Amino acid sequence: MRVRIAAIAAALLLAGAAGAVEPGERLADPALEARARALSQELRCLVCQNQSIDDSSATLARDLRLLVRERLAAGDDDGAVKAYLVARYGDFVLLRPPLKPATWALWAAPPVLLAVGLVIIFLARRRRRAAGPAAAPLSPAERARLAALLGERRGDGGA
Amino acid sequence: MRRLVYLLPALVFALVAAYLLAGLSLDPRALPSALIDKPAPSFDLPALGDVAPGLGTADLGGEVALVNVFASWCVPCRAEHPLLMRLAAEKGVPVYGIAHKDKPADAMRFLERLGNPYRRIGVDADGRASIEWGVYGVPETFVIDRAGRIRHRHVGALGPQDFAPLLAIVERLRTS
Repeated sequence: MRVRIAAIAAALLLAGAAGAVEPGERLADPALEARARALSQELRCLVCQNQSIDDSSATLARDLRLLVRERLAAGDDDGAVKAYLVARYGDFVLLRPPLKPATWALWAAPPVLLAVGLVIIFLARRRRRAAGPAAAPLSPAERARLAALLGERRGDGGA
Repeated sequence: MRRLVYLLPALVFALVAAYLLAGLSLDPRALPSALIDKPAPSFDLPALGDVAPGLGTADLGGEVALVNVFASWCVPCRAEHPLLMRLAAEKGVPVYGIAHKDKPADAMRFLERLGNPYRRIGVDADGRASIEWGVYGVPETFVIDRAGRIRHRHVGALGPQDFAPLLAIVERLRTS
């Protein structure tokens, strides 16, 4: 059973790794093909919008995959390929938005929100500590009552 | 002051809700073109039989014109076709076509049946020229000014409501 689950999991993982790239699209040079795959995963399919061109089976994604491979084979570096597509489709084609004035808020939001959260936690803890010592210890009468209650439950044989 | 702190989550919620509500009315398909105000990309496409001469970068400019990316297999293209016919016939706007991934025979039949608004048609069999134009779906329509620059882009089918605004853009570019 466990072996079968492992086999299925492995098959699913491999299926994910295959993406939408068809055998005929692959480059003969494994190093170049690996670069094309890595690059494709960073590029947005403009038809499906939330998939990379590596994942998407849309025809435009296929055309762009072929284009990426063609440019790599022609000797372009990764930056040049990205620049080529950005010139035509805008920054939207990049799944990882570039850092520039228009995207500062986007990039800054997660660390800023994390910092705000940490400050809130810190302040709340400090206030709780400042609220004074824990509740006063039990009085002898309370202690006796507690013992009686505990003893009662034990006497019942309850859990 | 303490009371106000309790209102903070409600305030944050209201802000996020307003933001998301505004997002509902945005069209995620309407992307700004990276090519606005840039010269038309370099391309050169063969003609569609003897229906119209081919289309290339050299044919653009001199006159304010529309470049329409279409395909016979594309249903919205069929819907916007009468509007292109009107722009070409009634308003004398030069309309150029890029037949996107279409079989020439199919494109010819399409134009035979619905009329041909195009002065020139480039057959983009592999879709590469469309990529040069930053096209990600058909139909798309671009307005080209007299200097051969892209001044406006319309993604998707042109509807009756787009006729007047599109014409206004063309008129403005004609006089400027």
